[in-house]
Amino acid sequence: MIELRDIQKYYRMGDQSVHVLKGVDLHIREGELVSIMGSSGSGKSTLLNILGILDSFDSGTYLLARQPVSRMGESEAAQLRNRMLGFVFQSFNLLPFKNAAENVALPLYYQGVGRRERNRRAEEILDMVGLSDRRTFMPNQLSGGQKQRVAIARALVCKPKVILADEPTGALDSQTTQEIMELLKDIHRRGNTLIIVTHEQDIADQCERQIFLRDGVVKSTAEVA
Amino acid sequence: MLDGLQEILFTLRQNKLRTVLTAFGVFWGIFMLVLLLGAGRGMQNGIYQDFGSDVLDFVIVWTGDTSLAYHGMGPGRKIQLHEADIDALKQQVPGIRLISAERFVENGTITYERKNSNGQILGVPDEYFRVKDDVPFNFGRKINPLDLDETRKVVVIGTTVADRLFDKGVDPIGKDIRVKDVVMKVAGVFYDKGGRGQNSERVLMPLTTMQRIYGGGDITDNIWVRPLPGVDGFELEKKVLAVLKRRHDVSPDDNRGIASFNMAEPMKRVTGLFVGIDVFIWFVGLGTLMAGIVGISNIMIITVKERTKEIGIRKALGATPFHIVSTLLLESTLVTGIAGYLGLVIGVALLELVAFGLRSSGAQMPYFENPGVDFQLAITALALLVGVGVLAGLMPALRAARITPTEAMKSE
Repeated sequence: MIELRDIQKYYRMGDQSVHVLKGVDLHIREGELVSIMGSSGSGKSTLLNILGILDSFDSGTYLLARQPVSRMGESEAAQLRNRMLGFVFQSFNLLPFKNAAENVALPLYYQGVGRRERNRRAEEILDMVGLSDRRTFMPNQLSGGQKQRVAIARALVCKPKVILADEPTGALDSQTTQEIMELLKDIHRRGNTLIIVTHEQDIADQCERQIFLRDGVVKSTAEVA
Repeated sequence: MLDGLQEILFTLRQNKLRTVLTAFGVFWGIFMLVLLLGAGRGMQNGIYQDFGSDVLDFVIVWTGDTSLAYHGMGPGRKIQLHEADIDALKQQVPGIRLISAERFVENGTITYERKNSNGQILGVPDEYFRVKDDVPFNFGRKINPLDLDETRKVVVIGTTVADRLFDKGVDPIGKDIRVKDVVMKVAGVFYDKGGRGQNSERVLMPLTTMQRIYGGGDITDNIWVRPLPGVDGFELEKKVLAVLKRRHDVSPDDNRGIASFNMAEPMKRVTGLFVGIDVFIWFVGLGTLMAGIVGISNIMIITVKERTKEIGIRKALGATPFHIVSTLLLESTLVTGIAGYLGLVIGVALLELVAFGLRSSGAQMPYFENPGVDFQLAITALALLVGVGVLAGLMPALRAARITPTEAMKSE
C-alpha cells in the first residue's frame, strides 16, 4: 500500500539547512496497523506529513497504492489527499463553527457530493463511531474523546485507503485514550490501513508493527506478537 | 455553486462583526460619493437655472444713442437696427449659425373675457425659436413661416399669461384674446424660466404682423446671433459689431450706440466654477473611496490571517488552492457588492427625497436645484470598489493557498 525508498527531507531555516529525513525506507502493507515511534526531533511528524502528502520531500520515491507521489501540483495533491487519505490529529482540528455532522461532511463537499448525500453519509459514520446523539453539537460542546471521534469519523467519511493518525490520543486522559484506541482498532479490523504516530509505548504495543525512527532513519521495525 | 454560496454565507454569519464593519466601510464610501456627486450636480443645476431657458452660446446686439462723435456727426444720434442689417451680417460674417430679429412694442394689456394680463409684446421671425431652442412649448405650436408670410394674427403666450387669462381646464389654444385691443388667436403656450420667470409674461407675434399693425417698416430692436459649433463667440461678437458700426457710422469705440451682450462671458466664469466643483468632488470622493478600499484590503488581510488554521485544515481535507482562493474572493465580492449597492440605492433615494422635498415645498434654495447623480459614474465607482476589494483579497488569499497545510495548521 505504501512504499518509501530513500526519502530525504531538508528544512531550510534562513541559510541553515537541517537534514531531517536521511533516507527513509518503509513498506506498509494493505490492512496493516502500524505505529511510528521516535523521540522528539527524530523526524516522525515530518515522515507522517510526507506520507499524508501534506509536505514535500527532496529526493527518493514514494508509491501510494502503486502510484508514484512526487512533485505534483497543489490541486492534484489536494485531490489525492481527499480520495486516498484520512487524517486524525492530536488537536482534533475540527472547524469550531461547524457542528459535528457538518465537520464530518466537509471532505465530501470538496468531492462535489450533494448536500443531502453528504448529510446521509455523515450520519452513517457518526453512528459508527457512537455519536449519533451528538450530530448537531458544536465542537465546544463535546468532550475531548467525543471531538476525536468526530475527527475519526471525518477521516473515514471518504472511505480512504490509509488513515494517518498523529498522536491521536496525545490530548486525552488514559481512559478516553483506551476508548479511542479501541475505536481505531475496530476501524482497522474492518480492513483499513492505519498508521499511528505516537511516543507512547502502550499505544504502540496495541499495533501490529512498530517502526522506530532515530535521527531521520528507520532504526528498527518490530512485529508485535 | 449554490452549495458554495451557502458555505460562504455560513462563514460570513460566523464573523458577523467583521462582515458588518467591512460592509459598512464600503457602504459609507459609496453613500458619501453618491451624496457628493448629487450635491455637486444640485449646485450646477442651480447655477444653470439662473441662466433661464437661454441657450448658452448667444450674442445679443441692441442700439442706443451714440456717445462719441464720428465721421463728422456729433454724439447723441439715435441708432436703429433693420432687417437689412441681418442680411448684411449673414453675408459678411462667417461663422453665424443662427440669426434673428426681435422687436418690442410698448407693454400693453392682454385680455380674454374679463381677465387681463400685462407684459412685454414681441414681434419675432420663425428663426427666433431656433435661436431660443431651449424654450419648451407646453401646448400648441411655435410661430411658423406661414404665419409670417400671411401676416396672421396669431400669438404664442407665456405660461404666466395663460394662467392669468384662462381658468384651469380651459385650453388656451385657438382662443381669441385681445392684445392691445387687437384680436389675435393663441397658437401656443411656452415656458421660459429666464428673467426669473418674467420671460413667461411675454406675448410673441409674427414680426410681419407686428409691422403691419404698428408700422415701423423692417426695424428691429435686438439681433440675436449664435455661432456655428467650434466658432469662438468672442470673435464672432467682434466681427458682428464691426460690420454694424460700419453700416451705421458708429465709432468702433462707441459702446452705447451699438451694444452687445455675450453669453460666453458669464459662461466662462461658470465653466471655471464647475471645473472647481468637479475637482473638489473628485478629490473628496476619491478620498472616501480610497478609505473604503484600504478598509477592505485591511479586513481581507486580517480575514486570511485569522483563518490560516482553518484554511490548513480544509486543505488537509482536500480543498484545492482554487477552492480556497475562490471562496475567499467570492466572500469579499459578495460583501462589497451588496454593501456598495445598498449605499448606492440609499444615497440615490436620499437625493431623490431631497429633490422631491425641494420641489413639493416649492422652496427656492439659491444655487441648489434638483440634485441628482450620474448613475453611470456611481456604478463605475462601485465596480471599482468591488474590483479593488477583490484584488486586495487576492494577494493574501493566494498566499494562504500557497502555504502548506501543516504550516497553516500550526498557526494559531
